[in-house]
Amino acid sequence: MKITIERGLLLKVLTHIQGVVERRNTIPILSNVKFDAPDGQLSLNATDMDIDIVETIPADVASSGSATAPAHTLYDIVRKLPEGAQVELDCTGDDSQLTLSAGRSKFKLTCLPTEDFPVLSGGDLPNNFTLSAADLRGLIDRTRFAISTEETRYYLNGIYLHAAEKDGVEVLRAVATDGHRLASVEIPLPQGAAGMPGVIVPRKAISEIRKLIDETEDEIAVSLSDTKIKFAFEGTVLTSKLIDGTFPDYDRVIPEGNDKVLEVDTDLFAHAVDRVSAISTEKSRAVKLTIAKGNLTLSANSPENDTATEEVPVDYDEAEIEIGFNSRYLLDIAQQIEGDRARFTLADAASPTLVQDLDDQGAIYVLMPMRV
Amino acid sequence: MPSSISSLCRECGAHFDAAPKDERCSVCASPRIISHDELDSLSIAHIDCDAFFASVEKRDNPELQNKPVIVGGGKRGVVAACCYIARTKGVHSAMPMYRALKACPDAVVVRPSRNKYSEVGRQIKDFMRDTTPLVESLSIDEAFLDLSGTEKLHGGSPAATLVKLIKRIEDEIGVTASVGLSYNKFLAKTASDLDKPRGFAIIGKAEALDFLGPRPVGSIWGVGNSLRGKLERDGLRTISQLREMPEDELIKRYGVIGKRLSRLSHGIDSRIVEPGSKAKSISTETTFSDDIRDLETLLHRLWPLCEKVAKQLRNKNLAARTLTLKLKTSGFRSLTRSRTLAQPTQLAEVMYQEAKVLLEPEVNGTPYRLIGIGTSQFADPEFADQADLLDNSAATFAKVEGAMESVREKFGGPAIQKGRTLLKD
Repeated sequence: MKITIERGLLLKVLTHIQGVVERRNTIPILSNVKFDAPDGQLSLNATDMDIDIVETIPADVASSGSATAPAHTLYDIVRKLPEGAQVELDCTGDDSQLTLSAGRSKFKLTCLPTEDFPVLSGGDLPNNFTLSAADLRGLIDRTRFAISTEETRYYLNGIYLHAAEKDGVEVLRAVATDGHRLASVEIPLPQGAAGMPGVIVPRKAISEIRKLIDETEDEIAVSLSDTKIKFAFEGTVLTSKLIDGTFPDYDRVIPEGNDKVLEVDTDLFAHAVDRVSAISTEKSRAVKLTIAKGNLTLSANSPENDTATEEVPVDYDEAEIEIGFNSRYLLDIAQQIEGDRARFTLADAASPTLVQDLDDQGAIYVLMPMRV
Repeated sequence: MPSSISSLCRECGAHFDAAPKDERCSVCASPRIISHDELDSLSIAHIDCDAFFASVEKRDNPELQNKPVIVGGGKRGVVAACCYIARTKGVHSAMPMYRALKACPDAVVVRPSRNKYSEVGRQIKDFMRDTTPLVESLSIDEAFLDLSGTEKLHGGSPAATLVKLIKRIEDEIGVTASVGLSYNKFLAKTASDLDKPRGFAIIGKAEALDFLGPRPVGSIWGVGNSLRGKLERDGLRTISQLREMPEDELIKRYGVIGKRLSRLSHGIDSRIVEPGSKAKSISTETTFSDDIRDLETLLHRLWPLCEKVAKQLRNKNLAARTLTLKLKTSGFRSLTRSRTLAQPTQLAEVMYQEAKVLLEPEVNGTPYRLIGIGTSQFADPEFADQADLLDNSAATFAKVEGAMESVREKFGGPAIQKGRTLLKD
């Protein structure tokens, strides 16, 4: 294999790909990226056995072939090459070493046999539909903050993507929760998604696909089975295993009987929470909300008895209530709300509170209170 | 000048400006006269009880008084403490029980009762704190004391005050202790070991270097077996050899510890006596009488440890954010696995579930001889075990554990157990 490629293009792909490659690997081949160069194009492939990314870019192929080389080292080298450099990758003749040359720099990297590189993609993916990149970004961005990192409840370590029905309309819904807060966002069900199984897309796959689609406006082709999901667009294909578990019946934690409604200016609220929580210690971070007619008082204190309070005007016309929340969680949710006004629907100090964006009926957030 | 030497009676605390003529105390006639140039100026002490667990057992059972006593337990257990009679036969603490019994077959083996020892330890610490607020507890039965500036308060030199203190411990609590007195912690701790039991040893500034010189490097606090081996391979066997090495060289060879080695070899230790450092972790462990390889049996042994740690957390009004599982293989290799919990906990059940996740990957046929569990990163229990959207079990576990606790308080430890305590045959 002998190819020449512009440094900027190669760097962009390596940036995408190296995120998948674990820094420490017990299986050496997993530290490597695989190059495949048929005529006129180069595809790069990396995997951690759970996620597999293939990106194909145009390249000047002098002789076709394939090779593998250490992904992080390669990324480091290409990153440090001068802008605009032409990079030549060559392993013709000796396939145990890959020679990378650019200008006056020359590197020789140890290759591992390409046939050792694991193949993760493949298998039948019967459900197919397309999503706009903007829709997929929206589903991810408004739910990923609530993904759990708790290993004991591994089935919460991802976003639950499934077809559902709301008020007679079919929707594609993304739900994430860590038990303290829950985010549920939906869009109209894309054609072809009807009958898809509910799947839990792991956190790492979410974070990688989100990076990949950051700049594109393409349609994303989604294919899935009950064990794998594949996202494809613009020469990039990300395939991920799904979390093998049952997502809990989240419907029952979305409160329905809450009767105390509060509406507040999103910005005012988020900034007030941020300021007040500056006082509470890293470890507890509880903020108390005292809600009275027309007025919300946020307060926090530290174990050293430092205190903070701030008042925010609100629309509220019910009996006075006091409720505590983790300030981080409250902020996270406030930051998801892009509209001017947020609506809180409460029951009492011990029951989950529902939070909605008045401009966005497709998203709901549920927050568990804290004892304060 | 011999006239500057002060003397003190180890038994009654009488103070003499010069050594008594017949080498006996003129007040109580004891021959145990301590004389030292710097007797009146040294104020950092290390007090260490003599064969603590064994002494407590002998105190509580006078029949054991003249018998060799070993505290420890089980076929696979180790010697937790042994009295001085047993020590003459070659028994020492941390020795495997079977070897101890081979060396001293007529020894009386007493199962340790930790609660009793901690109670006695607490009384001793209270006496120490009556003497000076600067008491730094090292373990259940030893502590550093800084007696600087207490002369007026106690009407005598720190040495005299110490004699009174250990006499009080002996008279009122019934266990003996040894004192090391010097000008820093390292030398005080070294001294307390010189004259055991019922010792009182002094290392003054004048003789510190000569005293340290010929001692093995292993006697330096913090030099364990592996570092000692490394030093010895490099030809550094004694503290004087260490002293000849430039500090830079020691740091280069052994890292940060090199600085400490150099300073301690010159008798320099600037650490102060720090009282009241709160517990940073609460842990417990158990050694099996036979190696265990299977998950079910390991879990069976894990559960009571979780209950024990949870109880201690409750008693101390703490909740823990970090959980550590400890295992020791039959080949004595230790491994620890830690995780930070989603929220602080005080519940045995939560610890058990989390520890189980840590344990599972380690169960691969390896025979284990010990399992332990530890908690750290303490938080206010107010914020522990909060309700969860999906899972309200924390509240249930809290109720269950609270109820079990009250039943046990009324009817004793084994009165109520979880089903998992019982193991299928």
